[in-house]
Amino acid sequence: MHSLLHHDHGTPAASGQPVTLFIDGAQVTVPEGTSIMRAAAVAGGAIPKLCATDTLRPYGSCRLCLVEVEGQRGYPASCTTLVAPGMKVRTESDKLAQIRRGVVELYLTDHPQDCRECKAGVRCELHQMAEQLGVKEPRYGLDGASHQCAKIDDSNPYFSFDPAACIVCSRCVRACGEVQGTFALTIDGRGFASKVVASQDEGFMESECVSCGACVESCPTGALTEKSMQQIGMPEAVVNTTCAYCGVGCSFDAEVKGQEVVRMVPSRAGKANRGHACVKGRFAYTYATHEDRIRTPMIRKKITDPWTPVSWEEAFAYAASEFRRIQEKYGRASVGGITSSRCTNEETYLVQKLVRAALGTNNVDTCARVCLSPTGYGLKSTMGESAGTQAFDSIMQSDVVMIIGANPNEGHPVFGSRLKRRLRDGARLIVADPRETEIVRSPHIQADFHLQLRPGTNVALINSLAHVVVTEGLVNEAFVAARCEKEPFERWRRFVAEPRNSPEAMESVTGVPARLVRGAARLYATGGNGAIYYGLGVTEHSQGSTMVMGIANLAMATGNLGREGVGVNPLRGQNNVQGSCDMGSFPHELPGYRHISDDTVRGEFNGAWGVELDSEPGLRIPNMLEAALDGSFKALYVQGEDPAQSDPNTQHVTAGLAAMECVVVQDIFLNETAKYAHVLFPGSTFLEKDGTFTNSERRISRVRKIMEPLAGLADWEVTIRFAKALGYEMNYSHPSEIMDEIARLTPTFAGVTYEKIDREGSIQWPCNAEAPLGTPTMHVGEFVRGKGKFFITEYIPTREKANARFPLLLTTGRVLTQYNVGAQTRRTPNSLWYDEDRLEIHPQDAEDRGVVTGDWVGVTSRAGETVLRADVTDRVAAGVVYTTFHFPESGANVITTENSDWATNCPEYKVTAVQVVKVQQPSAWQKRFQEQHEQQMKFLKAAQGETHG
Amino acid sequence: MDIEHLADMANDIANFFESELGKEEAHKGIRLHISRYWDPRMRRAIIDHVRQHGDGGLRPSVAAAVRGLPEPPAVT
Ligand code: SF4
Ligand code: SF4
Ligand code: FES
Repeated sequence: MHSLLHHDHGTPAASGQPVTLFIDGAQVTVPEGTSIMRAAAVAGGAIPKLCATDTLRPYGSCRLCLVEVEGQRGYPASCTTLVAPGMKVRTESDKLAQIRRGVVELYLTDHPQDCRECKAGVRCELHQMAEQLGVKEPRYGLDGASHQCAKIDDSNPYFSFDPAACIVCSRCVRACGEVQGTFALTIDGRGFASKVVASQDEGFMESECVSCGACVESCPTGALTEKSMQQIGMPEAVVNTTCAYCGVGCSFDAEVKGQEVVRMVPSRAGKANRGHACVKGRFAYTYATHEDRIRTPMIRKKITDPWTPVSWEEAFAYAASEFRRIQEKYGRASVGGITSSRCTNEETYLVQKLVRAALGTNNVDTCARVCLSPTGYGLKSTMGESAGTQAFDSIMQSDVVMIIGANPNEGHPVFGSRLKRRLRDGARLIVADPRETEIVRSPHIQADFHLQLRPGTNVALINSLAHVVVTEGLVNEAFVAARCEKEPFERWRRFVAEPRNSPEAMESVTGVPARLVRGAARLYATGGNGAIYYGLGVTEHSQGSTMVMGIANLAMATGNLGREGVGVNPLRGQNNVQGSCDMGSFPHELPGYRHISDDTVRGEFNGAWGVELDSEPGLRIPNMLEAALDGSFKALYVQGEDPAQSDPNTQHVTAGLAAMECVVVQDIFLNETAKYAHVLFPGSTFLEKDGTFTNSERRISRVRKIMEPLAGLADWEVTIRFAKALGYEMNYSHPSEIMDEIARLTPTFAGVTYEKIDREGSIQWPCNAEAPLGTPTMHVGEFVRGKGKFFITEYIPTREKANARFPLLLTTGRVLTQYNVGAQTRRTPNSLWYDEDRLEIHPQDAEDRGVVTGDWVGVTSRAGETVLRADVTDRVAAGVVYTTFHFPESGANVITTENSDWATNCPEYKVTAVQVVKVQQPSAWQKRFQEQHEQQMKFLKAAQGETHG
Repeated sequence: MDIEHLADMANDIANFFESELGKEEAHKGIRLHISRYWDPRMRRAIIDHVRQHGDGGLRPSVAAAVRGLPEPPAVT
């Protein structure tokens, strides 16, 4: 069922020249290419329909939408017939009514009188049509052959399929193909025997279905329905908000009943997602009310002590007194904070403000440190702004798409679906990835080039691609001459043209056949609009920043910047990575990426915040942990982050945390870091607060409160109260006032207000006097830094090399159904799809070690050892192993090392030299982890017992 | 601060600037990078290291850059 708010126009919008026609005597003007059905809907009429809906191409199967067209014989279907100038259409007549009634009657003979949707309190579309056409009882009776005894498929945790209510309109089948691009559904059989089946009729759960819900939303009857609708009943209100998972930042119409979410329906008006969603955003929100939620503040003296539940006031007072005591004893810079990419812009802004203004130090950092910090450095250096260049819509204008180190169909699923759609419509595809990801090969998709490079050789690859462009005369000379600095370009041109950078010379480094590199470079440079999208496979390397520059160099050299369809686009991991970086979360930068040493900028903040800010850069997260080990860093305020699970070399991280005297964790669950905490502030989910998130395309969207914070305070209120306890007043009564301050102090946000976001739906920064409604495409006409600058990107092999002791290279990633450290998704039915991290290993490497799928294997690096179950697959190349990091007990980060990007310290998660051997028991670390986990859970349960008892 | 790790970080920075600016000029880029991104205690540690051990474990361009760093403020 569609969103409650949705008015269905029947067929998708067209964009041709205006065409004027007459519908039931009224003059209507619509773009050429519009269907008669849509034209009638635009004019306010509604032609009866069943198989048509405006997210899908018309299909013309139900014959309910027939109309009469003057001068034409018969009764054309209005969904498949396009408008023409001067056309005269009649949508109502006795004959039409008679035909339509006949159609509906036939459908009703094989449809429950009261299908599940009707039971939930809404009339399904078939019953609506019956009512509209005045059909009460089907003329043919209900006694004939029917599907009314067919079994309900309940296998999916979020929705079920009742074949009895299915009218075989194919909307679900088409949604799965056209919108989602998975092609899991088909119509099996013919005529009366035809039915919808998932994959080979194996039920939804066992099929290829990825549970995106597009079919459920498009189903016109109660055949496919959300279980939550059946359980909770009809929603009563709709609140528009933004997904709190990945960096696509889908807009949702949350349908609610009281304070309970009944359904999350992706918003058609949402400019990031255009009405689509994935299994996380649409369904996996129930963690918000999970019993594990921390509901009361807690404190303790030592991390080996049990927790004492306290009031908010006591918790603030204790944390503040500890921070002040520590600063008194060890110095002002012995404390710091970590902001969260899962929290709102306003909350992130407040945490960095607390650290800088109330604690008087710039020791503030954010989790983007460990994912995309090289993007900021690389893009700012080359083009002048630390952000991607396009809107997601831009992909629809791309002719060649290059995906580097990203797995969009798992990590950024809604973008992945749009990409697949564009590829099915003819765009060409280049993928650079050590693994064969879904986008390389899946139904109706086949990459033109899969450059399956060895982990750690990105820069060698990008240089060899550039070599081809430069030496084969494929440089866009006019663009470079007009838009880029001459001298750096000439130096770069000479550098990449050197024979040592040729695909042939680099083949032994990257492992990619030279002919593929040459083919890919030619395609990207000459195939029309070339767009690059990249992920953590680019940034999480010792040369992450160099690689980002290399990508920018390539895009500039081929003129693929500054218009729709092209660009350089990081796919941000978390919902608000872009926002947390924008908000001044880095220790050297104030909001808007302005260096802390800039006296003018600091002066503005000094004035606004009533303090004298330190002009020295502070510590980054890995530096904080090192400083903790050498005794100069003693207290940390962590909002909504979990470095003990997500950061590399876990044992180093936990040793750093354990060395601190006061760790304050603000989170919705007792995460891994909280096991090392002295103070726990309960956090609030995105459903419990107001604010904004900024997605990968710089789009600022509203988060709107649906229920009261479980522990009474939203995260922004917690930071304000903590600051007050530290003696620093922050006076805001609503997050909109925080945004007003951000806009006053940040030039790229100068024109942003809640009122404008409410009006426009969302805004892409920069939003200021020159661009009052925001900026979908960056660097049009001129780069933000003026002229684009080329940098020399020498390939330097990582010091993390495979050798006799550690002969394999481990790389890491994530899956569709789980999200990062898994704190949220592990507490939803999404775990039915993926309940443990596994180690992917190539059949040859497995055979050498006598390993088969399902065996326990020990994975050892120079940092540590863990044990995972093996999955033998040729998705990975020989010599490479792969795992995810969603489950703390698997300890993927026990093995990753402290190697990091030279410019930003972003960890080199994507390359760790390891050995893999078959084992029978968990690693020593896992045993210790389990013991500590049990002890800490006991403390938590005891404390919760106290509060509840 | 673990000086070995700081030295690795500084040498990695040098790798970039040596190719971008050339071996002769690299120290300028390295110096600027370190002063813009390293907190005072990290700079203190590497300055002290160079004072005590000369180039020990550092690329010459790094040692030159570190010698050119102004005294960082005391961490209070
Ligand atoms: S939920 Fe999504 S993937 Fe699954 S069958 Fe429906 S449309 Fe296809
Ligand atoms: S997780 Fe990402 S793709 Fe999925 S609904 Fe949320 S924002 Fe959209
Ligand atoms: S709606 Fe046009 S044929 Fe079904």
